[in-house]
Amino acid sequence: MKRLVPLALAASLAACATTGSDTDRASASDADWTAPKGEDGRAPYASTYQRYPGRPTALVGATVYDGAGGRIDNGTVLFRDGEVVAIGDASLPTDGYDRIDAGGKFVTPGVIDIHSHLGDYPTPSVEAHSDGNEATSPTTPEVWAEHSVWPQDPGFTRALANGGVTSLQILPGSANLTGGRSVTLKNVSSRTVQGMKFPGAPYGMKMACGENPKRVYGGRGRAPSTRMGNFAVNRQMWLDAQAYDGEKRDIGKETLKGVLDGDILIHNHCYRADEMALVIDMGKEMGYKVTAFHHAVEAYKIGDLLRENDVCSAIWADWYGFKMEAYDGILENAAYLQREGACVVIHSDDANGIQRLNQEAAKAQAAGRRVGIDIPDAEVVGWFTLNAAKAMGIDKMTGSLEPGKMADIVLWNGDPLSVYSRPEKVWIDGALLFDAMDRKRRPVSDFELGQPGEGDVK
Amino acid sequence: MKRLLALAASALALAASSVSAQDVAITNATVATGDGSEPIEGATVVVRGGRIVAAGTGVVVPAGIDTVDGTGTWVTPGLFATVTSLGLWDVGAVSESNDTRAGNSPFSAALDVAPIVNPNSQHIAIHRAAGVTRAASVTLPSSSIFGGQGAIIDLGADADPVVTPRAFQVVALGEGGARLSGGSRASAHALFRNALREASQFGEDASIPGRASRPAASTTGDDLPVDPRLSGEDAERGDDVLLTRFDAAALVPVVRGEQRLYVMVERASDIRSTLALKREFPRLDMVLVGASEGWLAAQDIASAGVPVIADGLDDLPKSFEELAATQSNIGRMVQAGVKVAINASAMENPRNLNQYAGNLVALSRVPGAAGLSWGQAFAAISSVPAEISGMAGRAGTLSAGAMGDLVVWDGDPLEVGSMPTAVYIDGIRQPLDNHQSRLRDRYRDIDESALPEGYDW
Repeated sequence: MKRLVPLALAASLAACATTGSDTDRASASDADWTAPKGEDGRAPYASTYQRYPGRPTALVGATVYDGAGGRIDNGTVLFRDGEVVAIGDASLPTDGYDRIDAGGKFVTPGVIDIHSHLGDYPTPSVEAHSDGNEATSPTTPEVWAEHSVWPQDPGFTRALANGGVTSLQILPGSANLTGGRSVTLKNVSSRTVQGMKFPGAPYGMKMACGENPKRVYGGRGRAPSTRMGNFAVNRQMWLDAQAYDGEKRDIGKETLKGVLDGDILIHNHCYRADEMALVIDMGKEMGYKVTAFHHAVEAYKIGDLLRENDVCSAIWADWYGFKMEAYDGILENAAYLQREGACVVIHSDDANGIQRLNQEAAKAQAAGRRVGIDIPDAEVVGWFTLNAAKAMGIDKMTGSLEPGKMADIVLWNGDPLSVYSRPEKVWIDGALLFDAMDRKRRPVSDFELGQPGEGDVK
Repeated sequence: MKRLLALAASALALAASSVSAQDVAITNATVATGDGSEPIEGATVVVRGGRIVAAGTGVVVPAGIDTVDGTGTWVTPGLFATVTSLGLWDVGAVSESNDTRAGNSPFSAALDVAPIVNPNSQHIAIHRAAGVTRAASVTLPSSSIFGGQGAIIDLGADADPVVTPRAFQVVALGEGGARLSGGSRASAHALFRNALREASQFGEDASIPGRASRPAASTTGDDLPVDPRLSGEDAERGDDVLLTRFDAAALVPVVRGEQRLYVMVERASDIRSTLALKREFPRLDMVLVGASEGWLAAQDIASAGVPVIADGLDDLPKSFEELAATQSNIGRMVQAGVKVAINASAMENPRNLNQYAGNLVALSRVPGAAGLSWGQAFAAISSVPAEISGMAGRAGTLSAGAMGDLVVWDGDPLEVGSMPTAVYIDGIRQPLDNHQSRLRDRYRDIDESALPEGYDW
C-alpha cells in the first residue's frame, strides 16, 4: 500500500527554479565550488569520482534520441575517452571504434532523476536507515544530504540496470520548510559518497511548502502549524541570511547565502498551484529564484506563470489523491505545461519509480495525445534527460548526446517509450557499467553479498 | 465547445445509471479473451442481455444488434483488481475520509467492508475510466493480525457496488503480523492458532459465552499433545480468550474452508510455514498475498495448489523478509505451475495493473529473467484474479456466459498510455467522467479574458 507509506517519503521532493543554463559554473572543473574552503584551501567532501576505463565505441544502426529534441533514424553514436565524439547518420565513419550493431534498438542519453532519496532512505527501509529528514527543526539549511547517503543502497543498482539512470539528485526529505543541501551523484558503485559525487555539479537546496512541514511541527505544538506559519518562518530565515556577514561561520547561513548569490539551486517541494505562486513571490521578495517545483501536481493550472518565471516542474505522470494537496492531480499535467512552453521534468521520488522514468514519461505523453497535444517522442525523452540536467545545473556536461559531453548513454532493446523495452547496456563517462548480456557486468551491493538472490537479474 | 462536451458527458452519466444492459457487437477489433491466450486480430465480440455471447473470429453478429466498428481498437474483458481499497477512502492522508485501517477498533476479523463501500468514490470513477471493472476491496490488518472480510465489488456507476460480500478474510503472518501481534512472528503464529481454535470451537458450539459445552472433535492433526487450555475442554468464552464473539464468529467460515483466507507473507520461510498450516487446519482455503520470495518456494506453492496474489515489480530488499525480491518472481512461479495474479496494492494505484503486466512481458526479452507471455500477463490482471476471487468463468474473461464486462482500448492495453474509449459493466455502457476528467477539461486552455476559470464547467 504505497499511499500509506510515511508521508515524509511520499512528499519529499521540492524543486528549485534556476535552470542550469543560467550559469557557467556548472562546467567548472573545481567540484564543490559552492562549498566553503577548508584550511588547505580545498573544498570539503570533494568529489573523488574518476571515470572508469572504456573502449572507443560506435553504436550503429539505432534510432537515436539526442535528449535535446533531435532524432536520427539508423543513426551512429561515437564515444571515446569518456566523451561523446559525434552523432550522425549511417555515413559517419567508425574506424578506430568497437562497433556495436544496434539495429532495431534505441539510444538515448543516460536517464537523470532530479528527485531521489536513494542512499538517504535506502533499502532495507528500516528505522536505522531513516536518514532523509532532520525533522528536529523546521529550517535545517545546515544539513547536507551527502552526509546521509549510504553508497551501498541496493536501489542504485536497480536504477542503473532497469532504469538506465546515470545521474541523480539526492534530496533531503520534506518534513522541513528548508531541508538542507542536495547532492548530485553519478550512478556508479562506490565505497564512498565522494566517489559518486558528480564533479562540478552545483549544489541544490531542498525546500518544502504545504502540508508536510505544518503537520510535522504543528503536531508538536510549535511553528509552523499553518501555511501562513510556513511562510513566516521561511521569510524570517531569509532575512537573517541576508544579514549574514560570514565573520563567524554558520554552516546553515553559508548555504542560504549560496542560494542568494545564485550558486545553489532551489528545489521546492510544492503541490498546489496557489502555493507555488506565493513561493515565486517569496523568492522575488527575498532575492532568490526557485529552479524547480517538485511534485507540482497542480502545475498545469499555472503553466503560464511557471513559463514566465522560468521555473521547471518536476512531476510524476499519474500520482494523485494520497494527500489533500494531491487531490487535483491529472494525467495531462506534463502535456499542459508543455503546451504553455513551461519546462517539464519527469521525476520519481521513489526507489521503484526511478526504474521506470521512461514509462512514466510515455504515459504523460499519451495523455497529451488524447487531448490533441502531440509531443514528439524526441522531446518526451528530454523530460528525463536534458530537462532534468538543466534543472540540476549539469546540462553543460551531460543530459544530451553532444560532442564533448560526458558519454552517459543507454542502449535500449526497443523504443524507450514502450513498456516492453529495457536497457541493454548503460555507459557512464564511456565506461560500460551495465550489460544485460553479461551477468557479471552489473553492480551488486555489499549488502546483498551472500544473501538469497545475490547477483540475480532483479 | 468545451461546455457542450461536458454537458453531453453528464447526460451520458445520467442515462447510463438508469438504462439496462445494451446488446452490442464490436467487430474488426484486436481481441484478448483473458484466458491466457494471445490476442486475436480482426475478431468480434457480442454482448447480449448483460452477458458475453461470443468472442473471436468467425463470430456471427446477430441481426438487428447495434454494431460498432472496432478497427484500430483492442477489446478485452475488464481488468480485475485484487487486493485494493477502492471505495474505502477519499484522500489517503485525510484520516476522516479513510476507512482502510481500523487500528483502534475492538474488532479485527469481524470487520466487513460490504456495508461501507462507496460507489461514488472518485477512485472508483477514475479506475472505471482506466478499465478496471471489478475489484476485491478490504481493510488491512491494523488492530490485530486479522484485517477483516473483503468484498468483491464492481465499479459500475450505480448504487449497488457489492457483488460478493465477505468473500475472503485477511491475515498478516510476516513482519507486519509480528508487529501487530506483539513483536515476534512466534506471537503471530500463536495468535493465529489460538484464533482458529477458538473459531473452531465457537463454530462447533455456537453458544453464547458463559455456557458450558462439549468439546469439539479434534481435527487439528497436531503432533504434540495439546495443552487442554489450547484445545479447549469447554467452549466458554472466559477470561483467557482473545477474540471477541464477533471476531470468533467471523473466523468460523475460514476454519471450515468456506471463506478464503488471504495470508500476507513475503519471506520464503514464512511462505512454507503458511503452507504447513494446512496440516493443522486441513480445510483452510488459502491465498498468498505479497510473496516477494515466492520463487524460492515455487515448487512447494505449486504442490500445495495455493494461488498467489504477488507484488508485480518489487525488486528491492525493502525489508529483511524481501531480500530475494526480483521482478522475475512471478515468471518463475508461473513456470513452476503456480496460479499468480498481480497484486494491485503493490503499486501506486490499481490503474497501473496493465503497466505492471506489460513490464512482465518486457522481462521475457531480458537474458536471465523470467517473464510472461502477453496472454499470461493479461490473464494475471483479468481471469486469474477473478478466479481467485471466486468468479471463475464469470469475470475477467470473454467466454460465453461471462458477465458483460468489456473494455474497448485505444491501443495495446498493456502498453503505457493506452486508455479505454468505452467500458461496459454487466453489458451497461459506463460513464467515464470524473473529477480528473473535469479538471482536464477546465484547464484544456488557460483563458480568463472573459471570466475566471471558475466559470468554466
